Amino acid sequence: MTRRIVKGILIGLALFFFLFPIYWIVATSFKQWPDIFAIPPKFVFTSTALHYKALFNLNLEEMAKFGQAGKSLFPPRFVNSIIIAGLSTLLSVVLGTFSAYAFSRFKVKGEGDLLFFILSTRMLPPIVVGIPFFVLYRALRLIDTHVGLILIYMTFNLSFAVWLMKGFIDEIPKEFEEAAMVDGYTRWEAFLKVILPQALSGIAATAVFCLITAWNEFFFALILTSERARTAPPSIAAVQGTAGINWGQIAAGVTVFLIPVVVFTFLVRKYLARGLTFGVIKR
Amino acid sequence: MDGKAKAIHQKALGEYRLKLYFIGPTLLVLIIMNIFPLIWSLGLSFTNYSSLVSKQISFVGFSNYSRILRDPFIWKYFQTTARLVIVAVGVEFLLGFGLALLLKEQFKGWGLVTTLILVPMMLSPVVVGFFWTFIMDANFGVLNFLLSLFGLKKVLWLTNPHIALYAVALVDIWMWTPFVMLISLTGLLAIPKSLYEAADIDMASWWFKFRRITLPLVSPLLVLAVLFRVIDAFKMFDLVFIMTGGGPGDVTETVSMSLYRLAFNKFKTGESCAMAYIILILIIALSNLLIRWINRTKAA
Repeated sequence: MTRRIVKGILIGLALFFFLFPIYWIVATSFKQWPDIFAIPPKFVFTSTALHYKALFNLNLEEMAKFGQAGKSLFPPRFVNSIIIAGLSTLLSVVLGTFSAYAFSRFKVKGEGDLLFFILSTRMLPPIVVGIPFFVLYRALRLIDTHVGLILIYMTFNLSFAVWLMKGFIDEIPKEFEEAAMVDGYTRWEAFLKVILPQALSGIAATAVFCLITAWNEFFFALILTSERARTAPPSIAAVQGTAGINWGQIAAGVTVFLIPVVVFTFLVRKYLARGLTFGVIKR
Repeated sequence: MDGKAKAIHQKALGEYRLKLYFIGPTLLVLIIMNIFPLIWSLGLSFTNYSSLVSKQISFVGFSNYSRILRDPFIWKYFQTTARLVIVAVGVEFLLGFGLALLLKEQFKGWGLVTTLILVPMMLSPVVVGFFWTFIMDANFGVLNFLLSLFGLKKVLWLTNPHIALYAVALVDIWMWTPFVMLISLTGLLAIPKSLYEAADIDMASWWFKFRRITLPLVSPLLVLAVLFRVIDAFKMFDLVFIMTGGGPGDVTETVSMSLYRLAFNKFKTGESCAMAYIILILIIALSNLLIRWINRTKAA
């Protein structure tokens, strides 16, 4: 009995430790200006949508009173994030699924080495590849373009998609397509009509993982974009009014940005262990 | 060739084509987007090229490398990075594995609790950096307030040079303990119950079961988790960039941070490429260790 109580308390403490910071930033996004900086911090407060309105430029006159200079750049950058994360994910999942299928079903010469090469590309520290990409992209005029960032994120996620999808496809019995091929389907048709539907939940999980990675990426977005193609992560940082760091608006931006990640986490919770270890661990 | 042989030949050819079409694009993308920049930067690392100034590029041999290897500050930054990695990953290991042991047996609401704990690691490091800069603010930050409830004095989390590095480590711990927890939990849940039952018949103690059953069976996964974390923490950039920018002074200047500065503040592109290569070699050494462990885990 006492053991159960101690366990309960420890788990409660852990939940507090991991969730309180998230609660605090979300609460801050709904606080009025003076409440944000109140000492001692306010746990009970009158909530306001002010910061969200400011974030989406819904009430500019009122914002001017609080010393906010100009419009918030969040909306276009949020849209950029959606476009870039979405398209790069689509590309990496499509290419990744095809190669994973081939690696899973055919004998490929030097398969182990190829798979190792594919995995090793993910081990490269972003900062190390960042410098040549910056130089290369400047020469190719890809700096600050959507295409440039999509290409990088696609590459970044591709290795991961191959490894994870290979795990999922390995689990589909070979007999399924063999039966289909006996029925007169070609291999390609069997892949489309038998394997793809079977692998759908795996494809969805892989897509969500790629999406979250691209959605959260900061470093390449920082060095390879400036205006047109800038995504949300580097621009949440730039929300500054004349009154110093505009914490209310940062909190609002962060909260909006968190929502998809939290929803997606719940969607892929079953696959988390696999996804975070390139599919090395299977449950 | 008779009909049958021709059919087999056709089939093999078809399969070969399919393989080519299925794997080709991926390999092409990975080679172009990884090998090419690496070769390019290797070339640049032997020049005095600067992406800011448009002067004649000239070949300087190994002088970039020797300058970096002789720079005492670089070794200091490597030490800072190592300290950050050791502190953060060490605590993550203990906390994460401990939590996994707590969560090993399922209870009501188990699924929700485990999923909620996993949320931090799915967030963007930048966003997490902002959370914590706000929470750790010396004046209005809620962390100091919570500590004051226990009668503790105000801490200058990010501006005190003795504390800033550990403040960054704390945030890394917040973000990545769930990762170690998840991997450990996966391992713990995979241990066959029959082993414990057999030990129970022999009236084995809790400690005996832990040392002889739990630990050996879960340790390959623990090593995997720790190595993944070490490699990732070694590359850490976003958190430091947002929270301290390397300061105060240079106490949180990690290798990634100083490489960023060399490349994008000082624009010494050639020199930064050389430094990138030195870091790359270290990471490859670490990664090889990791892959070897993965293979051993798989074989077990």
